[in-house]
Amino acid sequence: MAHVDGNVLAGPLSEIFSADMTTAMGRCAGCGDVSPLAMAMVYLKPNAFVARCHLCDTMLLTLIQASDTNRLDLSGLAALSIPR
Amino acid sequence: MTGVWKTGVVASVHRQTETARSLEIDVAGWPGNLAGQHLDLRLTAPDGYTATRSYSIASSGAGARVQLAVDRLPDGEVSPYLVDDVMVGDQLELRGPLGGWFIWKPEQPEPVQLIAGGSGVVPLVAMIRAHHAAKSAAEFRLLYSVRTPQDAIFADELASLDKEAPNLTITWVYTRETPAGWPTAAGRVTRETLANATIPVAQNPTVFVCGPTGFVESVADNLVDIGHQAARVKTERFGGK
Repeated sequence: MAHVDGNVLAGPLSEIFSADMTTAMGRCAGCGDVSPLAMAMVYLKPNAFVARCHLCDTMLLTLIQASDTNRLDLSGLAALSIPR
Repeated sequence: MTGVWKTGVVASVHRQTETARSLEIDVAGWPGNLAGQHLDLRLTAPDGYTATRSYSIASSGAGARVQLAVDRLPDGEVSPYLVDDVMVGDQLELRGPLGGWFIWKPEQPEPVQLIAGGSGVVPLVAMIRAHHAAKSAAEFRLLYSVRTPQDAIFADELASLDKEAPNLTITWVYTRETPAGWPTAAGRVTRETLANATIPVAQNPTVFVCGPTGFVESVADNLVDIGHQAARVKTERFGGK
């Protein structure tokens, strides 16, 4: 299946954050682009989401859904601006 | 909280096309939703295996009833069940409303260009209905690409709104087979289609594009190529080949 986009992260990230994270602005640690997470390219794996920068393909975040844990790797995001 | 799983009960089902059905679902505790939002739907097999998919909502506003329209994917895990098996009274597990980016609010005054590929029309139908219900003065145009006339979801409602609503215009693009006597041959949405049949760049429209990933990316690239600012083009991809 082709990739989708950051809109799909709204539900999974709602388990972790109280704000809507698709409108959060993320700064790519690779190229410095600042965009809403909704615009990221998201690759769906079994029980995992991999979001990449829509401009430079840097891996912005990875969410792995284990049975009792959400493991979130944000190392590709230099900053996140989250709506209050 | 939107992230909490809720139970919905199927209130009605309606065949839309050979491969698509719309479903109305009553969801206890649903807080209402904005036009363009989606929900996650989770199926659980007897052995505990779960499959979760996102579906755009065709309805908006207050109230605890939501409408979806689902197209069957040949190798899908969830869509065949929703299109072929679910019956009125069945329970479904849902969470939402979800997403605050791909949305339209009635207070937005600027012109809006909607571009749909196939069942990507669903969140755009929510926007068209909200625009009509609010008697919005904003210009709305929909460019709707379908394979054949029989593949259009919400076709009758869209055709009557196209006639009835003064500031809504719908342009149909048929990629495989046109209606009899159609002035143009079947073909994909091209740069020229977009340049000729969408709101001009000079009017600075907000553009919403939803459909299969390949469709969305081709359309979005061409929109930027004809002069739209990338930031004014909002996209929602649902995968596919």
